[in-house]
Amino acid sequence: MSQGLLERLRERLDGDGREPVFAHGLLAVQLPREALLDTVKLLKDEFGFDMFLDVTAVDWPKREPRFDVVHHFYSTHDHVRVRLKMAVTEADPVVDSLVDHYGSAHFMERECHDMFGIAFRGNADLRPILLYEGFEGHPLRKDYPKELEQPLVRYRE
Amino acid sequence: MNEVNEKSGAFEYLTTRKDELVGWARKFSIFPYPFVTACCAMEFMSVSSTMYDTDRFGAALPRFSPRQSDLLMVVGTITHKQAPILKKVYEQMCEPKWVMAFGVCASSGGFYRNYAALQGIDKIIPVDVYIPGCPPRPESVIDGIMQLQDKIANASHPIVNEKF
Repeated sequence: MSQGLLERLRERLDGDGREPVFAHGLLAVQLPREALLDTVKLLKDEFGFDMFLDVTAVDWPKREPRFDVVHHFYSTHDHVRVRLKMAVTEADPVVDSLVDHYGSAHFMERECHDMFGIAFRGNADLRPILLYEGFEGHPLRKDYPKELEQPLVRYRE
Repeated sequence: MNEVNEKSGAFEYLTTRKDELVGWARKFSIFPYPFVTACCAMEFMSVSSTMYDTDRFGAALPRFSPRQSDLLMVVGTITHKQAPILKKVYEQMCEPKWVMAFGVCASSGGFYRNYAALQGIDKIIPVDVYIPGCPPRPESVIDGIMQLQDKIANASHPIVNEKF
């Protein structure tokens, strides 16, 4: 039943630089970052994707552009998922924020900013949420030294 | 003075060393403060309830204020973000005080070797007894408590120390 909805969505999203394909039982859409807000509006208003599951990123250290920013959406009515993927460069790791459409985007974008250093245009509060003030760097980037410690308390001896 | 005791020849006085007496008293009244941050808590609950029963060692009653406790049990992973809180809790405890690192994460960081985890609480506070295991069996915890009791019993217990 839901497959019909995803098939209609796939046809609707095709074009404008977007490449929707089916992968692992969900619809995965590769898109340019300029198309994000329009696509999200369409998902939410026309297709009923009312739940924003997560935003995260993938670091491809040898690839240019280096990062993929990945959004997941869920429809609590039709029980289907959609994944949006956008490539951004290391020099300009900025995508549009979804805080105007989904309230939960506030915290998830802060986490993605902590871990990967992706900036979200329109999210005014990108303070650390899992990390602490004074932490330098982004620990889930592949070039972060994996044993580097940034302690808050001075060690004994 | 007491006729009954005079006749039976029972003890009225005994001589001992002050350190032995105080150590004996202290080792059976360990009031723990459980600083519980992770999954080792399940094992902590198991060891403190009926089946294993740390009350047998006088170490059952957890105090929920560090100011009233003698033993800081650090149960679980300590992250760098958590470390200032642990340090503050330790500093709030009154002398005499002891620290137990419960499980590998508190002892050495365990299998967490990354940006987030503190590699053993002994980097920031002194530790008296380490209990290995992920999580430790209740028997290991009891062994740790008994080793701590031996340590307390054999230690010097100054009435006034340099920190007082």
